[in-house]
Amino acid sequence: MNRSPRALALLVLPPVVFGIGFLALWEAAVNVFDFQPYFLPAPSSIWQQFLQNTALIWDASKVSGTNALVGLLAGTVLGIALSFVLGRFRVLNELVTPLAIALNAVPIFVLVAVFNNMFSITSEVPRRLMVTLVVDFIVLVNVTRGLREVGAIQLELMRSYAASEVAILRKVRVPNAAPYLFTALKIAAPAAVITAFVSEYFGGSQNGLGSRIVSSIAISKNAAAWAYVLGACLVGLAFYVTAVSLERVATPGGVGRTDRDGA
Amino acid sequence: MTAAVEIHDVSKVFNAGRPNAVHALVDMDLTIEPGEFVSLIGPSGCGKSTALRLIANLLEPTSGQVLVNGKPARKARLDQDYGMAFQQAGLFDWRNVAKNVELPLELKGWDKVKRRTRALEMLDLVKLGDFADHFPWQLSGGMQQRVAIGRALAAHPPLLLMDEPFGALDEMTREHMQAELLRICGETSTTVVFVTHSIPEAVYLSTRVVVISPRPGRITDVIEVDLGPRRGLETREAVAFFKKITEVREALRGIDTSDLAAIETADGAPSNLPAGVEDR
Repeated sequence: MNRSPRALALLVLPPVVFGIGFLALWEAAVNVFDFQPYFLPAPSSIWQQFLQNTALIWDASKVSGTNALVGLLAGTVLGIALSFVLGRFRVLNELVTPLAIALNAVPIFVLVAVFNNMFSITSEVPRRLMVTLVVDFIVLVNVTRGLREVGAIQLELMRSYAASEVAILRKVRVPNAAPYLFTALKIAAPAAVITAFVSEYFGGSQNGLGSRIVSSIAISKNAAAWAYVLGACLVGLAFYVTAVSLERVATPGGVGRTDRDGA
Repeated sequence: MTAAVEIHDVSKVFNAGRPNAVHALVDMDLTIEPGEFVSLIGPSGCGKSTALRLIANLLEPTSGQVLVNGKPARKARLDQDYGMAFQQAGLFDWRNVAKNVELPLELKGWDKVKRRTRALEMLDLVKLGDFADHFPWQLSGGMQQRVAIGRALAAHPPLLLMDEPFGALDEMTREHMQAELLRICGETSTTVVFVTHSIPEAVYLSTRVVVISPRPGRITDVIEVDLGPRRGLETREAVAFFKKITEVREALRGIDTSDLAAIETADGAPSNLPAGVEDR
């Protein structure tokens, strides 16, 4: 996409202005109403804490980020593999998909408490497993649809070319599912990060961003807790941006295709 | 000389044996010689798309026999003896224009260079040589349809099957595409079976117009069209052209009212069959 500098400015400026305005308002509110730090710290003091603790935040980010990444990769691979199996066998699909959707609707990350019992509580396995499960459902539901929802005309065309089922899978279903996979990744990437943080609330090593937030609040270091929240936001953002960039790189002809009305 | 298409005594019943059984085609007989351009015309639900899909072997007849190039239709499909185009271009979004045209060749196992050369040849033929690297969604509807025709003809099949390919285009584009189609088929000496419900389109394009009546679908008329080489407006405004249009219209009108009632009484066929079953 070739955007003029003016168009780019119009695209970027409004959210930036809004963000700065929001922070200014927050800062002003804390000063005017004299909020206590335990209630709501000012952005300036959060930023100060952030700068003071960058090394700690970075280390904690690496732990949680690695958990999220490992889970994201494993869940994506698992989700894709399962959707191929489900796409092949319609009966299985009808059995599993509603279950997957239903399971996805409940906050299944509480399962991490169970995993903590199953595995050593000091290992990162339960957290990674939790992320894997969450990501797997998102990828499974979307990719299965992508493999399934191929135009009737395109299938008739392939039959008229005497194409085998394998050829139809390779040349039609898989490429058709690619945008669905990227949609899934755009949802799954931030979800993986959130799940990694929340998993840390259920005990285990105190080394990730999630547990740091909890422990900072426990000792009334609220501004520090918020600094960790800021770190968490940045990790989530990094994951999301990576997913979006991957989509741009991998979509033939650029993003114009996904920009269209789903035709 | 082997006929391009032979349809012998073919019937097609959907949902056979069940209460909602639909007789889409009954006792159809039709022979199409190489080089002919035959249009199947009739009201919606008359079974013309079903007939085309039987030739393409996308459907199996309930009874009777379909031969393409002297072979059973199934064999002809497996040999890719025909190309096909639909009302929607049905291009693949993730492939650029040239790659779309290459698809049938890929499935035939052609190597890359040969494929590419032929695809560019076909794009020149449909006058889209400059658009090889564009993606389908960057083209207009008429251009997409031209790509679809190029793709259908890429393997140089002797037979082209078209299901209302210009139905979604505006009138001006449509007339232009008709001229282009005649030129392309002339240059490649391709036999065409063309489904349409536009009378002027059928008359302008065809050497023969096959009129099909609905419920149950059957051939009621076959009208020879001998207008000589088509010359755009000159042909479209000629008296002979209008006469043919009138002839086809009257053939269609005949089945629309009185005859349809007669068929229903004679066969005891219910008049309220579910609509919209024709195209499947």
